[in-house]
Amino acid sequence: MTNKAVSLKELRKHRLFMPIVCLIVVLLINLIKTPNFFAVSINHGVLYGYIIDVINRGSELAILAIGMTLVASSSGGTDISVGAIAAVCAAVITNILSGGTDSVNEFHAPFLLAIIAGLLVAVLCGMWNGFLVASLKIQPMVATLILYTAGRGIAQLITRGQITYIRVDAYKVLGSTIGNNPVPTPIYVAIFMIIIASLFLRYTAFGLYVQTVGINAKAARLVGLNPVKIQFITYMICGLMAGIAGVIYSSRIYSCDANNIGLNVEMDAILAVALGGNSLAGGRFSLPGSLIGAYTIQALTTSLYAMGVSADQLPVYKAIVVVIIVALQSPELYKMLRKKTGAQKKTVIKEVTQA
Amino acid sequence: MKEEVVLEMKNVNKTFPGVKALTDVSFKLRKGEVNALMGENGAGKSTLIKVLTGVYEMDEGEVYIEGKPVVIKSPQDAQKHGISTVYQEVNLCANLTVAENLYADREPMKFGLIDWKTMNRKSQELLAGLDINIDVTKVLSNYSIAIQQMVAIARAVDMDCKVLILDEPTSSLDDQEVEKLFMLMERLKKKGVGIVFVTHFLEQVYRITEHITVLRNGTLVGEYETENLPRVELVAKMMGKSFDDLADIKNENASNVKDNEVILDAKELGHTGTIKPFNLVMHKGEVIGLAGLLGSGRSELVRSIYGADRADTGTLDFKGQKVLIGAPIDAIKHGMAYLPEDRKEEGIIADLSVRENIIIALQAKRGVFNLISRKEQEEFADKYIDAIQIKTASRETLIKQLSGGNQQKVIIARWLLTQPDFLILDEPTRGIDVGTKTEIQKLVLKLASEGMTVMFISSEIEEMIRTCSRMIVMRDGRKVGELDENELDQMSIMKAIAGGDK
Amino acid sequence: MKKFKDIDTNKFLLGITIVMFFVMYIIGMIVFNKQGFAKPQVFLNLFVNNAGLIVIATSMTMVMITGGIDISVGSLVAMDCMILGDLMMNKGWGAWSAMLAVLVIGLVYGSVQGFLISYLNIQPFIITLAGMFFGRGMTAIISTEMISITNETFSSIAQCKIILPIMGTMNKHGKMMYPFIYPSVIIALAILIIMFVVLKFTKFGRSIYAIGGNEQSAMLMGLNVKKTKFIVYVLDGFLASIGGILFCMNTMAGFVEQAKGFEMDAIAGAVIGGTLLTGGVGNVFGSLFGCMIRGTIESFISFQGTLSSWWVRITIALLLTFFIVLQSIFSKIKAKK
Repeated sequence: MTNKAVSLKELRKHRLFMPIVCLIVVLLINLIKTPNFFAVSINHGVLYGYIIDVINRGSELAILAIGMTLVASSSGGTDISVGAIAAVCAAVITNILSGGTDSVNEFHAPFLLAIIAGLLVAVLCGMWNGFLVASLKIQPMVATLILYTAGRGIAQLITRGQITYIRVDAYKVLGSTIGNNPVPTPIYVAIFMIIIASLFLRYTAFGLYVQTVGINAKAARLVGLNPVKIQFITYMICGLMAGIAGVIYSSRIYSCDANNIGLNVEMDAILAVALGGNSLAGGRFSLPGSLIGAYTIQALTTSLYAMGVSADQLPVYKAIVVVIIVALQSPELYKMLRKKTGAQKKTVIKEVTQA
Repeated sequence: MKEEVVLEMKNVNKTFPGVKALTDVSFKLRKGEVNALMGENGAGKSTLIKVLTGVYEMDEGEVYIEGKPVVIKSPQDAQKHGISTVYQEVNLCANLTVAENLYADREPMKFGLIDWKTMNRKSQELLAGLDINIDVTKVLSNYSIAIQQMVAIARAVDMDCKVLILDEPTSSLDDQEVEKLFMLMERLKKKGVGIVFVTHFLEQVYRITEHITVLRNGTLVGEYETENLPRVELVAKMMGKSFDDLADIKNENASNVKDNEVILDAKELGHTGTIKPFNLVMHKGEVIGLAGLLGSGRSELVRSIYGADRADTGTLDFKGQKVLIGAPIDAIKHGMAYLPEDRKEEGIIADLSVRENIIIALQAKRGVFNLISRKEQEEFADKYIDAIQIKTASRETLIKQLSGGNQQKVIIARWLLTQPDFLILDEPTRGIDVGTKTEIQKLVLKLASEGMTVMFISSEIEEMIRTCSRMIVMRDGRKVGELDENELDQMSIMKAIAGGDK
Repeated sequence: MKKFKDIDTNKFLLGITIVMFFVMYIIGMIVFNKQGFAKPQVFLNLFVNNAGLIVIATSMTMVMITGGIDISVGSLVAMDCMILGDLMMNKGWGAWSAMLAVLVIGLVYGSVQGFLISYLNIQPFIITLAGMFFGRGMTAIISTEMISITNETFSSIAQCKIILPIMGTMNKHGKMMYPFIYPSVIIALAILIIMFVVLKFTKFGRSIYAIGGNEQSAMLMGLNVKKTKFIVYVLDGFLASIGGILFCMNTMAGFVEQAKGFEMDAIAGAVIGGTLLTGGVGNVFGSLFGCMIRGTIESFISFQGTLSSWWVRITIALLLTFFIVLQSIFSKIKAKK
């Protein structure tokens, strides 16, 4: 009996406890409200169902959350330009593939070349952010505000303000399915990225370095780390992740709509990191936490859709969730609550000491 | 003349997580006197002052002002009760004008709006009274730290106060400005203001104060009349003379290390603004003490060797080779290790576990792609938790949950794991209990006997006499002397630190 | 070199902004002379089109001086417009009571955000991000359809031309045309001046600067940091609602996508106007010029005709980069000193 109590307590202390509880709560509500939420069927040779939708649509967010987690950990700030970077990347790719026209039925340049060029531009964007934050010591939010503002403008500049369509089946693969495989491709991409990131964090000291720098940059320098370099690299990775997400977004709609690709996704990515139990003020991070956070948000989104909430109204619920989570994380709240009950406690303590 | 007590603090206790900062400290301040609050780093001076000014809330104790009990919970409360404070670091807003800093929260008003004209005029007059003629309409950050400090003093003085606290106000002032400050203090004394004066400049203490209150390790050593307390005795009281179980520790191989090979040879090494160029030779297996009061440049000296503050003059030979150290990682790769003075700010990585804190330096030395396997990490951590007896619930406990002494041991373990040839320990025993202190001292001697060179900085002379084979004395950012083993006794060290035989 | 150090860098930055505005405007007058860029009405339109933005940038400046940020204003403006539309068009409220209701909502919005930020000590960015979500979503909950406002009182207030009897020009038909403005411009400028006075001549205003300069010091000097910050966000919510009403007078409609990215325009305006991101430094008139520079760029692009709208964002971003890097360089020089 006591054993069980202890293990439950231990469990509650685990950093993934809250994120998992959040996810379960969302799923449970779904089960009650939308009984067919977990039903999976095959429709036109593709897996179909709400739950598949969550995993499929959550792919980009999961990928973005990887980058955002590292950035938040190393610099105690957030990169609000990821959505814009995704748009730029998509614009570069579609523009190369279309050879400068608005709609094509075949590639005008090698597919791989276009993808590499697009991702390279995304990395460059990340490096720009990294330079501003790590070297010039500009607050992350403000430093990334520049690309947030300019990114979509640049993307439109590249696409000349048009929505560029790539009507080639090979281009749609990343956003739909490979041949007759019933599992949507974005799921594979997300899994692939998650595995790469996990292996990288598991078999190198990078994760430890990032956390050390985020917790105490001064001490990190004294134990032989280079805080500037490490922060810079996290922003670079974040740029790359934004680029990959951009590729999927673009592939889904086999086009680039510079104004709407990845719109507001930076907010979701930040939220995913916070929901995953990671502090946005830097320091310790848990990648699984962020990923759970990402899918929780997608589950929340999908289930609200399932309940008939329109896309426009969705943010209200998200806002309420955010406020509850951050308020619960605030030590000041507990101080306030303690102060209210404090008067009673103090007298008790006094009595005890007298006794 | 009957003594009129303006401020009295009785049996003040204050505990921080893991540290008892103040234990039953009492303090008395009379009208029109200057009472010097003395003690080495970590003695509890700042804590006592912060309790008095409402920055910290005390756990237990009473405060009386002019005999009446008062409760001070915030800086506003303190000001209301007539306590003005000048802090060591200038606590003004550098983005506001000089005049605003002088009158913040008590600006002269006209028609419900701030009357800038009057404020500027009054500010000009106030500062002119102190012979400071600056443009008060300019932003404070335009002026030197010394001027800023004088502005802070002017602000504190101008508020009608009964008690004025000066927390090391003179460290950034030059002689002339100190004179001005003393003039001002004399004037206030005549008005009946009681002044608490915290400083580490002995000369100033003997110039201006009536009483000296000495704290050590968070307890009150005593209050003395300044004229009846010789300088050397004061230093002795500050440093402590507790002969406890430490007495049996002795550095036995001290005499023969001088013949060992030279491990480090610094020539004219220096860092502009903090430490003047110095020469230093160290041998294998030597334990060298670095003595001097706070602010004498002892930490700055080691930081310039380690590359924490990159040296901008001179050369450094390490293990017979000329080395260039641009950042700490270079020093680590050459076999140096550095336990910084400020454990909390620069030592521990608070949110990481004991294990991670132990392996981080070795990991940094190895590089990012050469991860120490989890199994090895655990072995390393367990080995040192066991070897130097780190008291922790498990190796996965976060370091911030450990007591100060055990945190320090973790940091020592971190560096021992890199197997350095030269270990710098900057105040490794400050603020930690006696038992752990002894262990650390023994460990230092053991390491030295195994061939490690150790540089040991401490505010406690006793400790250094026991462990060191040679001692370097610092004053005012300058290396002022070296004492060999046969010269190592309390008297000569204190004389060297105090400067002269006065 | 010594002389350079004596210059007040903040005033220097503000000076650059003002000079830049006039240089840009004069270039516009020369390049687009034929299209009539030099007409006084074009200049006044900068105010007419940006009245809401000016109020919001003023408020943003105040928030940024404390070292905080508010990214919820764009959504709040959209929500305000929607509520105005809903109350007047669907619920049959009068113009005045609808506007009053919106102002009260602004106060409540600000109070909630202010409480969470100052008393629970949560990062302003996160809280106002939630506020941004909430406002936008609420707008959609009220109505996903666009509501056009045809309330007579409201439109008569909004479209009441105030003719300035100066600098008139002769039009094609030989009729004298005097430049005009709308009441929204007067309200915006009045708020600008009031906020200037508040920030410069009241204890509250100076406390805001002190907190942004050094929160710890401000506390030790005896200022009530938490209360001041709270009031700042309450006032910010209120001013944002005024900005929302002025914005609505310009668009005469409420719809979900309205005022998207408005918060970033306001922040960019403040930064270009010399407000330091780290807090403690800022001037509402600087922000005014920041907004006017933005307006000028917009006019350039509309006068030029062939350039696309995205150039506004790219140019703003370039200016933003220029000023952020400049600020960073100045602070590094200062640190060295």
